[in-house]
Amino acid sequence: MLGPLAVLSLFIGAVPVSLGGFLHDPEGQQLLLVSRIPRTLAAILAGAALAVSGQIMQILARNRFVEPMTAGAGQSAAMGILIAAMLFPATAIWAKMSIAALTTLAGSLGLLLILRPLPPTLPLLVPLVALIYGGLIDGLVTFIAFQADMLQYVGTWMTGELSGVLAGRYELLWLAGGAAAACWIIADRLTVMSLGEDAARGLGLNTKLVTGAGLVAVSITTAMVVVTLGAIPFVGLIVPNIVARRMGDNLRRAIPVTALSGAVLVLGTDILGRVLRAPYEIPVSTLVGLLGAAVFLYLLYREPARAA
Amino acid sequence: MIRVDQVSHQIGGAPILHDISLEIPKGGITALIGPNGAGKSTLLSLMARLQVLRQGEIHIDDMQIGKVSDRVLARHLAIMAQSTHVSARLRVEELVAFGRYPWHRGRPGPEDHALVEAAIARFGLGPMRARFLDEISGGQRQRAFVAMAFAQDTDYLLLDEPLNNLDIAGARSLMRLLRQMADEDGKTVVIVLHDINYAARFADRIVALHEGRVAAQGPAAEVVTDALLRDVFGTDAEVSVIDGQPVVLV
Repeated sequence: MLGPLAVLSLFIGAVPVSLGGFLHDPEGQQLLLVSRIPRTLAAILAGAALAVSGQIMQILARNRFVEPMTAGAGQSAAMGILIAAMLFPATAIWAKMSIAALTTLAGSLGLLLILRPLPPTLPLLVPLVALIYGGLIDGLVTFIAFQADMLQYVGTWMTGELSGVLAGRYELLWLAGGAAAACWIIADRLTVMSLGEDAARGLGLNTKLVTGAGLVAVSITTAMVVVTLGAIPFVGLIVPNIVARRMGDNLRRAIPVTALSGAVLVLGTDILGRVLRAPYEIPVSTLVGLLGAAVFLYLLYREPARAA
Repeated sequence: MIRVDQVSHQIGGAPILHDISLEIPKGGITALIGPNGAGKSTLLSLMARLQVLRQGEIHIDDMQIGKVSDRVLARHLAIMAQSTHVSARLRVEELVAFGRYPWHRGRPGPEDHALVEAAIARFGLGPMRARFLDEISGGQRQRAFVAMAFAQDTDYLLLDEPLNNLDIAGARSLMRLLRQMADEDGKTVVIVLHDINYAARFADRIVALHEGRVAAQGPAAEVVTDALLRDVFGTDAEVSVIDGQPVVLV
């Protein structure tokens, strides 16, 4: 499914181009290389990485309904970008990215610390607290941005969309993709973690190390996506949930499927966003948010019945 | 042998264990019993290094808890925690296979597969091996967790109230499987039990804890008495001896 979508993505945009145009027309070729291919790759990388990071976060938080982008990590990344822009306005993109990654790590760590004392018997409490936590950081970002007259600047990071993707401006996403791939390498350890902290230690797992590695992967992914595209919510929530329902949580098997499904979701909605109001675009985060919110509610309402 | 030397423990300033010294010999089943809050689970989790030991020493054979690494200990001691509620959606066979993790660290070999197959067969999990843990009964789930501990192939197995939420058939079948592991495989089983009758029926030795101290220890016939029920459990239930075995008449 990803293959045909990717090909489709190359042909859809404000400027119509035919296959012949891509092959023979130098302008068409340039469009392909500078815009269409990077945009397609960005959608695939971001979708795959976001879905995997959601899956990892759900293991670390021991709850199915937590998703980094809405639970503080995404907002912390925006905070990092804001801090970078205010304190070091002239700094290069990699420095912004590093600061964003660090604040995201701090934000995710904070979330885990807040979630830890919550009773496992109330599974719906966790996503609520996580959403409030994300909302708090979001409010803080907005407040600081308002004071500094940078609301508009911050706004661009809060809504993820791919229309600005050009060659040379999306490559950080390869880092996100790399972080997701690294998760697959430690998939067995992460699955052992999902048995619970005591059981995992009983099997000789260094739970602190694995938690740390997972958090770093989640933070890098989230920060890179926010820095390059802006926040894209719900991908990390609905994709892992649907994958777990169908094939379980053995991550060695599940992560590739999660990554592929996430890529399909983001690429598919991006194409849809390009088509619906052509030649204008609907941001991918808006469409995914619409779809995701509906699926999220559905999952919340049906999960307790099954868990009992 | 598990040797507990002068172990004391506090949780949040409240004393839980007072200067406990105890030897659990190799082989057989040792049951830890006592009223709620006596410190049974705390003692077990200290032996299993799941809580940090601050005062006193615990040795498992020649390994000292706190000094030996989790990785090494995982090949000698398996734990079945109190709550086997796992949010992860894993298949029965996947769960059992993770019992081999301490040995292969992610790269199972033919020997690992053979041991997993043996555990699945032995615990009668064949018919449900491809089902998810949340799709089988509580008794079957507990059995899957014991099978995982069995696949871990350790000398010692610690279980914290594994009979919780099991009906009588499930509880008896689980205790029988543990008995078999002790008798046929020479495993040392240490188990926290709530029900004294299960302890008396299936354990070789009973250690009764009361307010963080060892109140009595020995074979069931010596430990389970009217006096124990009165002094330790604070109840006037009577003990009757049936077929040479003490039974608490509740």
